Amino acid sequence: MKLLKSIAILGLASVAGVVNAAESLTVYSYRQAFLIDPILEKFTQDTGIKVDVVFSKKGIAERIQREGQLSPADVVLTSDFSRLMELVEKDLVAPVSSDVINGNIPSQFRAPDNTWYALTQRVRNVYSSRDRLGKLDINYEDLAAPKYKGKICTRSGKHPYNAALVASMIAHHGEAEAKTWLQGVKDNLARKPQGNDRAQVKAVKEGLCDIAIGNSYYLGKMLADPKQVSWAESVFLNFPNQANRGSHVNVSGMVLAKHSKNKDNAIKLMEFLTSNVAQQAYAEVNYEYPVNPSVKPSKLVASWGEFKADALPIHKLAENHQAAIKLLDEVKFDL
Amino acid sequence: MILGLTRGWSLTGYTIAAIIILPLFALLLQAAMPDEEVFSHLYDTVLPTYIYNSLMLMLLVGFGSLIIAIPAAWFVARCDFPGRKQFQWLLLLPLAMPAYIVAYVYTDLFDYAGVVQRTLRSVFEWQTPQDYYFPEVRSLGGAAIMLSLVLFPYVYLLARTAFMEQSSSLLHASRIMGCSPWKSFWRLALPMARPALAVGVALVAMETAADFATVSYFAVPTLTTAVYDTWLGYGSLAAAAKLSTIMLLVIFVMVGVERFARRKQKLFQRQSDFNEADRYLLTGWKKFAATGYCSLLLWFAFIWPFAILCQYAFDYFEQSWSAEFLEYSLNSLYIAALVSFICVALSLLLMFIRRISPRSMDSLPSRLSSTGYAIPGTVLAIGVLSPLTLLDFSINDLYQYFDAQGPGLLFTGSVFALVFAFCVRFMAITIGSIENSYKRISPSLDMASITMGQNPKQLLWRVHLPLLKKGIFAGALLVFIESMKELPAALLLRPIGFENLATYVFQYVSDEQLELGALSAIVIVLVGLIPLIYLNRSLEQKS
Repeated sequence: MKLLKSIAILGLASVAGVVNAAESLTVYSYRQAFLIDPILEKFTQDTGIKVDVVFSKKGIAERIQREGQLSPADVVLTSDFSRLMELVEKDLVAPVSSDVINGNIPSQFRAPDNTWYALTQRVRNVYSSRDRLGKLDINYEDLAAPKYKGKICTRSGKHPYNAALVASMIAHHGEAEAKTWLQGVKDNLARKPQGNDRAQVKAVKEGLCDIAIGNSYYLGKMLADPKQVSWAESVFLNFPNQANRGSHVNVSGMVLAKHSKNKDNAIKLMEFLTSNVAQQAYAEVNYEYPVNPSVKPSKLVASWGEFKADALPIHKLAENHQAAIKLLDEVKFDL
Repeated sequence: MILGLTRGWSLTGYTIAAIIILPLFALLLQAAMPDEEVFSHLYDTVLPTYIYNSLMLMLLVGFGSLIIAIPAAWFVARCDFPGRKQFQWLLLLPLAMPAYIVAYVYTDLFDYAGVVQRTLRSVFEWQTPQDYYFPEVRSLGGAAIMLSLVLFPYVYLLARTAFMEQSSSLLHASRIMGCSPWKSFWRLALPMARPALAVGVALVAMETAADFATVSYFAVPTLTTAVYDTWLGYGSLAAAAKLSTIMLLVIFVMVGVERFARRKQKLFQRQSDFNEADRYLLTGWKKFAATGYCSLLLWFAFIWPFAILCQYAFDYFEQSWSAEFLEYSLNSLYIAALVSFICVALSLLLMFIRRISPRSMDSLPSRLSSTGYAIPGTVLAIGVLSPLTLLDFSINDLYQYFDAQGPGLLFTGSVFALVFAFCVRFMAITIGSIENSYKRISPSLDMASITMGQNPKQLLWRVHLPLLKKGIFAGALLVFIESMKELPAALLLRPIGFENLATYVFQYVSDEQLELGALSAIVIVLVGLIPLIYLNRSLEQKS
């Protein structure tokens, strides 16, 4: 029996040849390479821990779920909140206990049970045409008003950023009212939802629509690209709902993967991501709002002015996410 | 056949076929799983639109390709006009161009912000989109035009061969009986070419159904994109599998209808008696019309988009020429070469068994193994994943049983899943080309070699292989191009951290920044061109 066992092991081992290096981490990231790479390089310099990053726009949670306990993932970075929650709900995360992280991130930006942490805030804004509309004092609710008929451009409703906005409308107004609103927005669209947030601002510049829905950091990105400066300069950035509940805010964030084989190093990385250095990089490179209160937004971002953020607890967004997707299908928002 | 094959050969054949159609079974099994009502929600809301879009697109692209391809095929096959010889192969070039690249380029030109509309606006002093009407590029119709431009060569290729092989004496007879050239084309040549056209349109429709990138870029949701979204958006593999099953049903019905439509058609014609003197020599305006038509087609379907790609690549060369670009190019080539090799090896084995086995049931494996081509990549991905995941876990459990550290995700965590899916999808191509070559080898040759004392292995290796070389090569090349271009299966099955040129380019297209991916797009196109040119040369030599 013993002989049989050792032969079997030998045979199987020859097929495999996969070795787990102790001093390396695998990060699955919904966030884009240009943003993450420089930060991780700094981490490797400081600690000597090598980080392999895998980027994907979709399907990371499904993938980790399928990989189960064999998953190589140590840390997962997401670009919005619904995906953080998806990972939590699918039971793919491990709680972290770290005083460093808890010291860096205020409690409203992390899970009470330490299963997820936000890293940056991202505001869903309304861009308006400088020439045709000027600066607006606008509420999300107004987007359904008849006066904007044929004037609004947006990306697919199913995109997490829009879906989260719809989820926040459901949280505030209930499903029925949110549906009426969504139908109203759909009726006001200048064209079928398509492209990304940037493309909507471009469409405003071209005169195809007067209002675009988009995250604020796109303004920074467009200003940084010589070809797109003129797009950015054709619009005003408006923080919606300032007179009442505040603008809808989404967060990017991170979790520790449940089956991580290097939990200690993974937590080191997570601590690093909440540190001033990394948070500063997020703020500068991607024009987002850091969650670490000791780090200020970049100069450019600060120049867009202060804004009041919706105080709705972030997990409410997740609770309404499925309902939001269903509403979007019901009013055939993308069709 | 006189040679008795041992049971081992049959068993091998059936094993290969079983592995190839395994994903199909896995898919059906998956579709039978409960899905937390996602499917019924889709059914109540958006599913009818998805189905309508899919069917409409297949219909429009099929029709569009016919209209575009038939005149070109007829001119090139039966007429003589300036440039005919060159157009013969030039018109195949669009096949190398992925449809989403053409779509991107034309959107850039024709949408509201594009050069065309900007010029119109400045000429006529229109201010807003309400001031005039311009057809929306990103629409069902737009997608149909893009796909027709890229897929028409399938119909063209088959129609051209059909027209060439048609009996000249029949056409002469029709002319003697008083038909005008037009009438004899309409009443004789076209109906005789119907089987070839039907096959061409069926190919086009299958490719259309499998298209993922163009429709998703144009925001025209079809069943294919719905499968992707349901899987990754709703997170329901079971609902995605149910959608996939509908998709398969549509495709199989379509293939069935196509077979039914030409069930009674049989061609009774001897070896082609065509000779160069039989061509209609076009003169006057007809000459210009033919040259003009072919040039325009080539211009819109290939030259213009390709020129714009080159422009982008030139302008953004520094950003595009990166370590990633080289790595992804090598990945693409490696996968394509591997898939071609496996497809050829397996197809050869299956076709050999089918040819020389005395048991009629031994022809079944090769037929079963050809079904994969009809399955769109997105759908296939679902079918591939479930059995491979199961396999991965079983292997690791086995290790655990022996108290050893398991190898991890051997199949789903490596390129294996991707290669497997590609092989399932493209085996039909090599099986087809090898089957064709086999038809040209006389069975008496087999008998002679066996009489001379060859065993089956020697017969395959020393007699068949040298004679099949051309067919094998042609099939392998086609599989190679397809593997370079195939996107949806690659998107869903690539192992973590692995990109190839197709996924890389698509990422830029979906970010509306093809400029940065243009260099990679050019590589896909150029690599696709080489096999096309070779293929055409071998076709010409044959005729």
